[in-house]
Amino acid sequence: MSTPTSLGASTAAPDTVANAQATPDREQPYGALGLKADEYASIREILGRRPTSGELAMYSVMWSEHCSYKSSKNYLRQFGQKVSPKMKKNLMVGMGENAGVVDVGEGWAVTFKIESHNHPSYIEPFQGAATGVGGIVRDIISMGARPVAVMDALRFGDIDHPDTARVVHGVTSGISFYANCLGLPNIGGETYFDSVYQANPLVNALAVGVLRHEDLHLANARGVGNKVVLFGARTGGDGIGGASILASDSFSAGGPTKRPAVQVGDPFAEKVLIECCLELFAQDLVEGIQDLGAAGISCATSELASNGDGGMFIELSKVLLRDPSLTAEEILMSESQERMMAIVTPEKLDGFLAVVKKWDVETSVLGEVTDTGRLIINWYGEEIVNVEPRTVAIDGPVYDRPVSYPTWIEALQADSASKFVRPTEGAALREQALRLLGSANLSDKSWITNQYDTYVMGNTALSFPDDGGMVRVDEESGLGFAVATDANGRYCQLDPYVGAQLALAEAFRNVAVTGATPVAVSDCLNFGSPENPEVMWQFSKTVEALSDGCLELEIPVTGGNVSFYNQTGDVPIHPTPVIAVLGVMDDVAKRIPSGWQDEGDNIYLLGTTKLELDGSAWAGVIHDHLGGRPPAVDLGAEQRLASLIAAGSEQSLIASAHDLADGGLAQSLAEATMRFGVGARIWLGEIMERDGVDAATALFSESTGRVIVSVPREEDVKFQGLCEGRGYPVLRIGVTDAQTPALEIQDLFTISLDELRGTHRATMSERFGAVIGQ
Amino acid sequence: MRVGVITFPGSLDDRDAQRAVRVAGATPVALWHGDHDLQGVDAVILPGGFSYGDYLRAGAIASHAPIMAEVIDAANKGVPVLGICNGFQMLAEARLVPGAHTRNAHQQFIRRDQKLRVENASTAWTNEYSTGAEIIIPLKNADGRYVADAETIARVEGEGQVVFRYVDINPNGSMNDIAGVSNSAGNVVGLMPHPEHAVEEGFGPDTAAAMASGTDGLGFFTSVIRSFVTA
Repeated sequence: MSTPTSLGASTAAPDTVANAQATPDREQPYGALGLKADEYASIREILGRRPTSGELAMYSVMWSEHCSYKSSKNYLRQFGQKVSPKMKKNLMVGMGENAGVVDVGEGWAVTFKIESHNHPSYIEPFQGAATGVGGIVRDIISMGARPVAVMDALRFGDIDHPDTARVVHGVTSGISFYANCLGLPNIGGETYFDSVYQANPLVNALAVGVLRHEDLHLANARGVGNKVVLFGARTGGDGIGGASILASDSFSAGGPTKRPAVQVGDPFAEKVLIECCLELFAQDLVEGIQDLGAAGISCATSELASNGDGGMFIELSKVLLRDPSLTAEEILMSESQERMMAIVTPEKLDGFLAVVKKWDVETSVLGEVTDTGRLIINWYGEEIVNVEPRTVAIDGPVYDRPVSYPTWIEALQADSASKFVRPTEGAALREQALRLLGSANLSDKSWITNQYDTYVMGNTALSFPDDGGMVRVDEESGLGFAVATDANGRYCQLDPYVGAQLALAEAFRNVAVTGATPVAVSDCLNFGSPENPEVMWQFSKTVEALSDGCLELEIPVTGGNVSFYNQTGDVPIHPTPVIAVLGVMDDVAKRIPSGWQDEGDNIYLLGTTKLELDGSAWAGVIHDHLGGRPPAVDLGAEQRLASLIAAGSEQSLIASAHDLADGGLAQSLAEATMRFGVGARIWLGEIMERDGVDAATALFSESTGRVIVSVPREEDVKFQGLCEGRGYPVLRIGVTDAQTPALEIQDLFTISLDELRGTHRATMSERFGAVIGQ
Repeated sequence: MRVGVITFPGSLDDRDAQRAVRVAGATPVALWHGDHDLQGVDAVILPGGFSYGDYLRAGAIASHAPIMAEVIDAANKGVPVLGICNGFQMLAEARLVPGAHTRNAHQQFIRRDQKLRVENASTAWTNEYSTGAEIIIPLKNADGRYVADAETIARVEGEGQVVFRYVDINPNGSMNDIAGVSNSAGNVVGLMPHPEHAVEEGFGPDTAAAMASGTDGLGFFTSVIRSFVTA
């Protein structure tokens, strides 16, 4: 071992445990590290002395909002309490691990999770978004799974704000760069623009992995004498304090630049790490692997020890460094990417080292599992950390933050969009339909998605612009999964309870329309500051709504992430609970696309339409209005709708199915027409008559539980029988027309395919640059 | 017939290439960049990906991998070699085919279903197509712009070494719309688009007949089997 002096300043006078005992009154910069005075006091109480500077570093990052969930923990418990036996049946690993795992049959399991990387993506959009992908993918690997797909839910500021292009370009190219280099197909996601996200974009990255049941691994440090091994990229100075400073506080003008707190990603290193980890698992050379994400080594050591036998010894000077001037505290806090920590039995260490050498991955054995119940970290032989690991990783502070009902919401809810005149003439309806089609949020997102590889791995059965992405898991049987993400912040602003259930219902429906059966949920809850009681009210309503909703649908939440402190100045973002739903597809050959392909298929509308324009895209785009109450949610109806479509898919009765959501029927019809360039003739008369609504409501209302499907003529009788048998409202509203490339709404208006596509595509390309090939 | 697919650190489409070989009816053999051993395969594929993270230049480091000595040797003896995307970049870096690649003219990564014209149907990898045939296979790259000096361009054009040309849209600014080239013997072919992503119905590009039903890439792999059988 090298002598302490060889590293110069970094080893000068380490703050040892002995030193801490000898100098109890030394002032410590806990405030600058993001700890409150009472939190610092309780650390002193836990330790019975002042913390060393290394311990202070560990507690500060692990007790940060981002790592400790201290403001949300009390609420998140509901997900574990509101469960039915059916929800547990196929759940192999639930909340609390790196990612949830669901049994999908035939000996296969799927693991998935969505996580935020919002704040870094504003500071440095390219690296922020790139490392967001990298982090969630490592969570998937640590479960023993092969990552097979990614997806992202993005929220940017106003599309015409001068700063938005910087963030859009950076985030898109960051995701594209990282996921493409990892060889993971990007199979969907969503993009919204709204000024509430101007100085606080949301980048929520989702990853999915597949594994055989027997390959499941949990990250814990068991077995006294087992080695603790750090491998992957070297540790550098990037991302220090990322979790505690960036993700757990809001940006303030005039403060120091936080750029160094953003991590830098190297997808090549991560790709090699994926293959290396999978080979380690396959050869049974590791007991468990934990990824290093937020809070780096502090998190990995304390979590591994807490989840295992409870004791661990680490010699920190063995960490391989990219920057030899790093101090022990910085090494503990660094969030350098592409690193993993493994627990390896001594007899398998040689085999382990052979595999990492094969993949040219750098490795160092840092220490071992002990039975002391303490996490002890030495720095060149001197003890700088001696803590009970649970106090760092699990038993952090828990806050019952003040909650207050926002009285402003009553005026907001009273301000209904029904006050606006709804046109009845064809020309005016046509003009509004086109304005919606070309609006920022409903416009074509090919500018983004054309930068993503969807083909790699050769298993992508569906991706954008279809409602959900679908991936084949088993080449022999055709077994696969589908996944979709959704959130409508406008609805959540009007009513966080209903808004959250709307997001759940839409993601559920988007999976269902692919033909898959929804089985599990992961959520990424993006909110303003938890120190704002009104934000806490929004948060409390959201968790209540989601836990109630998942219980009613009987699909479990398997994990996710809470992101607080999302605000521009003092103004919090709209509550944005991004809901990811995972579904199982018995045979991906029976998948259902979102647009019509064939001549003469009948087009049906499933579900009924009510006057529900409050908070809609119509209200926002045409009238620049947000007020009233969001559409009603009927999760029971959503469930019946899903099982109807699954039955239709199973019997191959349905040629296409497309969910109705933002922009209503008009938008869905336009998208179904543009999907394969096949026209349609539609009549609204029967909808208007049956549901008692006007043409504008029929076209633009965002009532839930609705899907348009196209059915080949020869399957018509069977399909109608299926709907009747299940008592789901259904109306034939049109027919596909491959000869005339246009969408015709009879007696009202016609829009040619060229005009639809031209309007839909112009919005992004006019602002961000041409889409190649369009 | 046994077709080797070499995995480099950062290879991404290696399993896809193996699947394409299998779908075409041959036996895929996984080869490792660090071995000096082609395991006696009858043809070699350098797959797509970002070997070595595209550091230095795309394909530059991989072109010096240990196994490339055997690949170059085999190529010079007439063994069919196909370089797809990053594999094409490696072939160019290894001087097995003429030309080089730079960043796409529009500076972005692009993924699209790309129409190509088969300009030379007499190579080991294209003999199942007819000259002038148009095919659609996926394209996905950031550094796919084919460039060469005027003399080289004149030579590859004059000697029929342009194997594929982009049709309708030149997606990356390649000179003369060149999508793929061969060596002068025609056993070594490199191209930017990905035939291995268009071999299986349900997972290829959309066609007029049905979504994702495009299998225009399968001909690459059946061609090499035919050239092996008739050799």
